[in-house]
Amino acid sequence: MTANIKRYLALYAALWKNSVSREMGFKGNFILWIVVELLWFGLQICFVSVIFSQTDAVGSWTKWQMVFLVGVSNFIQQLYQAFFLTNCTNLSELVRTGKMDFFLLLPVNTRFLVSFRVVDLGAFVNALLAVGVMVFAAGKLNLHPTAGQFAGFGALCLVGILIHYSLMFILATICFWTVRAQGIVWGYYNLFNIARMPDEAFRGAFKAVFTFALPVLLVSNVPTRVLADKINSPSAWLVLLGVGVFWAAVAEWFWRISLRRYTSASS
Amino acid sequence: MKKYLHVINIGLQNNLQYRFNYLTRTLFGFIPLFAMLSLWRTIYSHRNGTGDASGFSEAQMLFYYLLVAVVDVLTAVNEDDWQIAADIRDGNISQFLLKPVDYLWYRLSLFFAGRIAFIAMAVGPLAVFLYGFRGYWLWPASAEAMAVFSLSLVLTALLQFFISYAMAMLAFWLLEISTFIFILFAFEYLASGHLFPLDILPPMLKQLLYLTPFPYQLYFPISIYLGKAAGAEMWRGLAMQLFWVLVAYVFARLMWRRGIRRYSAFGG
Repeated sequence: MTANIKRYLALYAALWKNSVSREMGFKGNFILWIVVELLWFGLQICFVSVIFSQTDAVGSWTKWQMVFLVGVSNFIQQLYQAFFLTNCTNLSELVRTGKMDFFLLLPVNTRFLVSFRVVDLGAFVNALLAVGVMVFAAGKLNLHPTAGQFAGFGALCLVGILIHYSLMFILATICFWTVRAQGIVWGYYNLFNIARMPDEAFRGAFKAVFTFALPVLLVSNVPTRVLADKINSPSAWLVLLGVGVFWAAVAEWFWRISLRRYTSASS
Repeated sequence: MKKYLHVINIGLQNNLQYRFNYLTRTLFGFIPLFAMLSLWRTIYSHRNGTGDASGFSEAQMLFYYLLVAVVDVLTAVNEDDWQIAADIRDGNISQFLLKPVDYLWYRLSLFFAGRIAFIAMAVGPLAVFLYGFRGYWLWPASAEAMAVFSLSLVLTALLQFFISYAMAMLAFWLLEISTFIFILFAFEYLASGHLFPLDILPPMLKQLLYLTPFPYQLYFPISIYLGKAAGAEMWRGLAMQLFWVLVAYVFARLMWRRGIRRYSAFGG
């Protein structure tokens, strides 16, 4: 067991090394992608300040709490992006071109390989910027989180990344069923667009669907509430954990039955 | 002219292959739109005496986002810029240098065909969605406003297309232009009024934005419909919009001419 873990860690280290040398081959592009993400991040904060020129609260959310929320949602999204996004979007290409063959032949868990193959280093830079925004907003809110709060926050962020990954992986796995699956990234962005919105802005069926079925509204709201001293409904983090585990299981199941449909591509 | 009608016809048939894609795109697009509407509804219900600084009532604000969605379906550039860049990179444009077909008009015909196909797929779900929000539906400010709004929409579509076309010309110089497309898109998203109506910005900032072509890509026609731009201001705006369309057109032509000189037909 430990030998196996060691082996996978060594493998992952090699994949990291690959990613670093690949990124450094296109330095200009590397920096430009950071700029792109930075602009969109700035746009979201700009939107918050425009909203609060019109009102002084969204439900019980104040301006700096919402900035904090935007920071947290970006933090989670960037970390997810660093580890998984490129890999998920590449999956359909592997299937379409038949390059999947090589991955299936390697004596390594295939899902591990297709999920972790590339690391997006620029996303770490942006995650760090998100932390900067969180710290700044926390200063404005005069927050003094305890070690317990930090631990809870970290754990919930991990669950959030797991949910991002599971949902996106399911979307990406659809490419085994229909080759033309370019709409996937589009769908993903639209879905997680609402993660940075305060949960109290929603009601009724919409809120129920995006809380219990697709827990997008919990992913960044729950950890934010933990750190920002906002009361969480007591079961919120349980729901987040439960639904997260559920979707991770569905992702694994769907991956297995989809892989059976793989027929390679004849050249 | 006739040959471009042919192009439109072919483009329509090609685009209808993607109808499922268009449909899912439209449906997924409703999620953030609905979220935005909920957010503003919450803001208006909690607003306690902060005043109506923007001059937007709740109905106007919600309707604004609905109208943005409609104008987007009618005029937005879909994947044209990516396709043009790919054409240049893969050497597909070589044939246009030999044939008596102008690449810009060819692409414009395809853009037109793509919009028709997209509208055909989006109109059903969009109508259902709008019906769900019929309580917020506003009529155009006047018959004149409606007429000028329609005219302005055509200019909006042309402006969007020419700017994207000029942007895609960067592919003559650079291998990878997606970052530039996204950077431009970020500016457009904010300055054209996608994220929020520009009228709620401080007047100074709004005037500054109006010096750029971005508001004419979306916000201007909508402000005509809502009656925010009326009378002399409307006509002046329309003239400015026409001006920007011409500038973008000339710029697109110029970029092409420059690019062709560098072009060395990879692959072929």
